[in-house]
Amino acid sequence: MKKVYKIEVDCANCANKMEDAAKKTPGVRDATVNFMTLKMTVDFEEGQDTAAVMRAVRENCKKVEEDCEIHL
Amino acid sequence: MNRKQKRMLARIVLAAALLVGLAFLPATGALRFALYLVPYLIVGHDILLRAAKGIRNRQVFDENFLMAVATLGALALAVYNELAGQEGDYLEAIAVMLFYQIGELFQSYAVGRSRRDIGALMDIRPDTANLERDGKLETVDPDEVPVGSVIVVRPGEKVPIDGVIIEGRSSLDTSALTGESVPWGAGVGDEAVSGCVNLSHVLKLRTTREFGESTVSKILDLVENASSRKSRSENFISRFARAYTPAVCCGAMALAVLPPLVRMVGLGLSPNWGDWLYRALTFLVISCPCALVISIPLTFFAGLGGASREGILVKGSNYLEMLSEADCVAFDKTGTLTRGVFEVVAVHPEKNPLRGAVGNPQRGPGVPDRQPAYTDRPVRGAVLVGCVGCSQAGASCAACDAKASLPVGGGKRGTLPGGPDEAALLHLAAHVERYSTHPIANSLRRAYPNEADDCTVEDVEELAGLGVRARVNGKLVCVGNAAFMDTLGAAWHPCARAGTIIHIAIDGEYAGHIVISDVMKPHAKEAVAALKAAGVKRAVMLTGDAPAAAEPIAAELGIEEFYAGLLPADKVAKVEELLAEKAGRKGRVCFVGDGINDAPVLSRADVGIAMGAIGSDAAIEAADVVLMDDDPLKIAKAIRLSRRCLGIVRQNIAFSLGVKLACLALGALGIANMWLAVFADVGVMVLAVLNAIRAMFRI
Repeated sequence: MKKVYKIEVDCANCANKMEDAAKKTPGVRDATVNFMTLKMTVDFEEGQDTAAVMRAVRENCKKVEEDCEIHL
Repeated sequence: MNRKQKRMLARIVLAAALLVGLAFLPATGALRFALYLVPYLIVGHDILLRAAKGIRNRQVFDENFLMAVATLGALALAVYNELAGQEGDYLEAIAVMLFYQIGELFQSYAVGRSRRDIGALMDIRPDTANLERDGKLETVDPDEVPVGSVIVVRPGEKVPIDGVIIEGRSSLDTSALTGESVPWGAGVGDEAVSGCVNLSHVLKLRTTREFGESTVSKILDLVENASSRKSRSENFISRFARAYTPAVCCGAMALAVLPPLVRMVGLGLSPNWGDWLYRALTFLVISCPCALVISIPLTFFAGLGGASREGILVKGSNYLEMLSEADCVAFDKTGTLTRGVFEVVAVHPEKNPLRGAVGNPQRGPGVPDRQPAYTDRPVRGAVLVGCVGCSQAGASCAACDAKASLPVGGGKRGTLPGGPDEAALLHLAAHVERYSTHPIANSLRRAYPNEADDCTVEDVEELAGLGVRARVNGKLVCVGNAAFMDTLGAAWHPCARAGTIIHIAIDGEYAGHIVISDVMKPHAKEAVAALKAAGVKRAVMLTGDAPAAAEPIAAELGIEEFYAGLLPADKVAKVEELLAEKAGRKGRVCFVGDGINDAPVLSRADVGIAMGAIGSDAAIEAADVVLMDDDPLKIAKAIRLSRRCLGIVRQNIAFSLGVKLACLALGALGIANMWLAVFADVGVMVLAVLNAIRAMFRI
């Protein structure tokens, strides 16, 4: 299942880092961050609690880039 | 500028002012150091903080960390020099931080601006709808308007929801949807597509869809999800960025340690630690991959935005990239190169007079405008050759000589080519087809407007697979294909004109035929030429029509290669063949279709281009590129836009990489100092960003 989230991030490289961090989060099959439209598209694995997974994604993203936000 | 940016600007200005002031201050020693620390902290405290947090989160190759190390290192060197009795250069470290921040600010401002500008190009979202409820107008969210309600669109407003005009007449600006700049005059009964801007008068619409199902929502959806599919260039850059920073850091490490050791141990010279450490710190300043990482997605985004302004929606930067590599374009014929609307292109009556069958159509009493209007446009390439095929079996066909085969509609509207025989034939055919809904019947009736006159038409009977027969003014008239004529025993003969031939027999005797054919789109020929000019080597036409119908059109358009008689599945197979021929070689295969029954082919080709796709959900789903209007010239334009965009991408990659590598080399040799490094870093980024925005401009 795919969902799109609005994000806030200042630099393009940080967006790439967020993408990597999101991809590595358990429960996420794939993730893309579009820096220009400030959107994160997350493809969840089957049967995952998307809200819980997204909280983990946000936490992981904050680790790699302090100054970022994902609007859940 | 937003609040964050304004605060940053204030910090930069304050720090710069302090630096200028400090240059005139006669302070020395520890006081001087402390004073210089003030602007450093003002401009760079957030970098230091983030670097510290990065270390805690094990993000060592974070650019904040690198900038912190580089500037703190430079400060430390200056302090060391100060202690050694020389005057330390504090200014350098602070300036590096200052310029780095200026670069970041510019980047964030420029990206924010282009995000807004390009977003505005794509934004056709209507905010409100004026709903008429119990005779009163209410302004509501378009989402809340049910199907079948009446909405009012005032001049200057966007049509929020698809609907049919029930009151008023106005011109609508469809440029946001189609790129077409000429406004469209719409009146009662016309369908107003959401996203158009009403230009002149108040319109009342009855909505035919919900907002979520309306054209505007579909398009917004498409545009907003575009560019989440990344191109190879973008993936290359993000992979590169991941490797670049660590590599440069390792290089800096090596530079700081190895040469002094070699000098000391190998050459017996003084190690010169300070000099090499300085060169290493210069490396760190250049290690940020920002210019590269920002300019590539920005270029694609600008390219997508610029294309969407032209009515070309591209679903992702990967498709923009593939489009730029296109060198083989396969076209569907009907609806893509031709209009997909059948029109009467020739009428060939037999020589036996028909005037007995119906009243003279040109002098019908009290009915002034009775002439058939074939087509108000000259038929393209209007050299309608005589019916060479008609001389079959020695029978001469009077209708097929030059007189009767004059270009239809070549003159002014309503003039009847060849005289009253043709009109009579058309008149009869239109009568018989009065109740039929077949496309051919429609085109016959269109060619003979005001068909319902005082002729008596009775006993209309449709014979499946053959045609229609009816009694007109007492005579039995049969209109249909050759097989129908055979069953009647009418002596029909074929015609050399390309198209669908409709035969007509009166009381069992052959009376002539009417040729109906699809008409080419106005720009079809230019479009093929433009594609060739744009470097497309191979143009292929795929059609379900008979070869005889396809060949003249292909020849007319300048397409050498065509495959006729294809079923939809055959088209997929053909495109797969084209793809297989391409396998392992450069170049991409595009398929252009009208999207109505081409969905499988559209999705199979490297790049599927759907034309005039407004309202066709299947096409919007299946295609990679959607051309909003019907103009085939847009195909070449899309390819040209994509080529320019990819050209800018390559320029940016080469330029940013080149300058960075040159600076690294110069830094290692000790020629480039930290000033130059930071200028290279920030300057390249600024230039790359400005270059990227160029992709948005019109060609």
